[in-house]
Amino acid sequence: MTLLTGVGPRPVDAKGGGAERRDRRRALPYLLLLPGAAWLFLFFVVPTIQLGATSLYDPSGSVTAGYAMTWEFSNYPDAIEYAWPQIVRSFGYAAIATVIGIVIGYPLAYAIAQKAGRWKNVLLVCVVAPMFTSFLVRTLAWKTILSDNGWLVGFLRDIGLLGDDGRLLATPAAVILGLTYNFLPFLVLPLYASLERLDYRLLEAAGDLYASPTRTFVKVTLPLSMPGLVAGTLLFFIPAVGDYINAALLGNTNTNMVGNVVNSAFLSRQEPPQGAALSFLLMAIILVIVFTYVRRSGTDEVV
Amino acid sequence: MRRWLADHWVMTVGLMVLLYLFLPIAVVAGLSFNRPSNRLSYDFNAFTTDNWTNLCGPADLCDAVGRSAWIGLLSTLFATILGTLMAFALARHRFRGRSLTNLLIFLPMATPELVMGTSLLALFTAGGLQLGFVTILIAHVMFCVSFVVVTVKARLAGMDARLEEAAMDLYATPFQTFRRITLPLVLPGIVAAALLAFSLSFDDFIITNFNSGNTVTFPMYVWGANQRGIPPQVNVIGTAMFAIALLLVLATNVRRRRGARVA
Repeated sequence: MTLLTGVGPRPVDAKGGGAERRDRRRALPYLLLLPGAAWLFLFFVVPTIQLGATSLYDPSGSVTAGYAMTWEFSNYPDAIEYAWPQIVRSFGYAAIATVIGIVIGYPLAYAIAQKAGRWKNVLLVCVVAPMFTSFLVRTLAWKTILSDNGWLVGFLRDIGLLGDDGRLLATPAAVILGLTYNFLPFLVLPLYASLERLDYRLLEAAGDLYASPTRTFVKVTLPLSMPGLVAGTLLFFIPAVGDYINAALLGNTNTNMVGNVVNSAFLSRQEPPQGAALSFLLMAIILVIVFTYVRRSGTDEVV
Repeated sequence: MRRWLADHWVMTVGLMVLLYLFLPIAVVAGLSFNRPSNRLSYDFNAFTTDNWTNLCGPADLCDAVGRSAWIGLLSTLFATILGTLMAFALARHRFRGRSLTNLLIFLPMATPELVMGTSLLALFTAGGLQLGFVTILIAHVMFCVSFVVVTVKARLAGMDARLEEAAMDLYATPFQTFRRITLPLVLPGIVAAALLAFSLSFDDFIITNFNSGNTVTFPMYVWGANQRGIPPQVNVIGTAMFAIALLLVLATNVRRRRGARVA
């Protein structure tokens, strides 16, 4: 059981077996890691390599006849050309949703961390609680809320924010709203963790030194919450770029994102090489973003 | 009024955002008591409790929920064991290859589900594996492990190692120390990790969609039903999931508070 506590008994067995015991201790972490690491290697690393391989298959094959590996690098430019509007839309929608998420998520995280007092835990549960309901069911509820004969559209038409035939459902706005909604807790929680550790006395000190509230925020609060903001932004942006549920349920064919194309390439159009190329490309872009973003912000502990 | 707003605007905005987060939940709960006027209408028509009493009315709904629960339980079991062992290795041992291991654990959390789902599909197709219950299980264990490691590791890192040393000094055997000191202290972390794993698995759609073949889980059922009209019972399941999870969280909170008072 030393293997789990890691706090070994005193080395009293000086007579012999010491070397053997040391060897066993050295092997222990590897034994503990082996099952989990093997699983991740077999079902995360190997599949990713297979995805890369599939993206280079001869696209003229078929699911029944099989695909030949012909190192078809032209699959990439072809796929990009085919799905260019959807790629642009994915990153655009996810970026807009992230900005909105920060604008509304930051006050929420700050309020819970610094202003909530003994209600802190209750409010924190409230942030997570909506995620207890199924993702799809929540998104379908938005479909009801945004529907053309719903109260929201009626209200917006009455106050003139929407034209008489204006609608919300099946528009880019609905997809962005859905993305913001579904991933907001991922942004708020790390941000909260950062802001919670913020020493209130530092803010008071800034005030004592005649800094305006805005200046205090820009010079003290914001830099100190940076690690949480970076982690939260990534946790929000990454699933948002790859999502296609919001686009499928709240949008129309003109709001499709890259995920919709990948989905249909694999599951309905039977063009796995194209789907694999787009999927692989998405992963590469996201990895580049993650590592440059993390390096730039100097918050290496995120990785 | 202006003064009050100046002092409380952050809290006011925060509460409005919470309202936004809860709006769809309220709609789901409301619609769970609705008798729709026709199959494709989601407007509130008339109050009824039929959906709650006749939960398994729509064909295949309860089968799908049961299947999701089974997959959730099994993948939670495997992922919790694999992840807890890894967390102990990372928190308690120094070894070569540590940063590589950390990377292996971090990457699945930083990869969109779309990429993981298609990768596994590419692997299963190339390996000639029949898509279904087993491939879903393999996928779910894979994406749950990392979250278990992170959760349990955080708990281990916050633990006072001196408690274990004290037990050893008092002549507890390594097994006694583990059983009486380490395990009770880490257990809340393991339970939290298991709950997280279950909810991730139960609710997963994207990865499952690529690797389920003809096997219908609850999210797959909802996706399919969207084309032909969602039965109101789906909202009952959504509301019940919300209520059960909320009760679990409240129960652990109350217990923790009571424990703190005793200590």
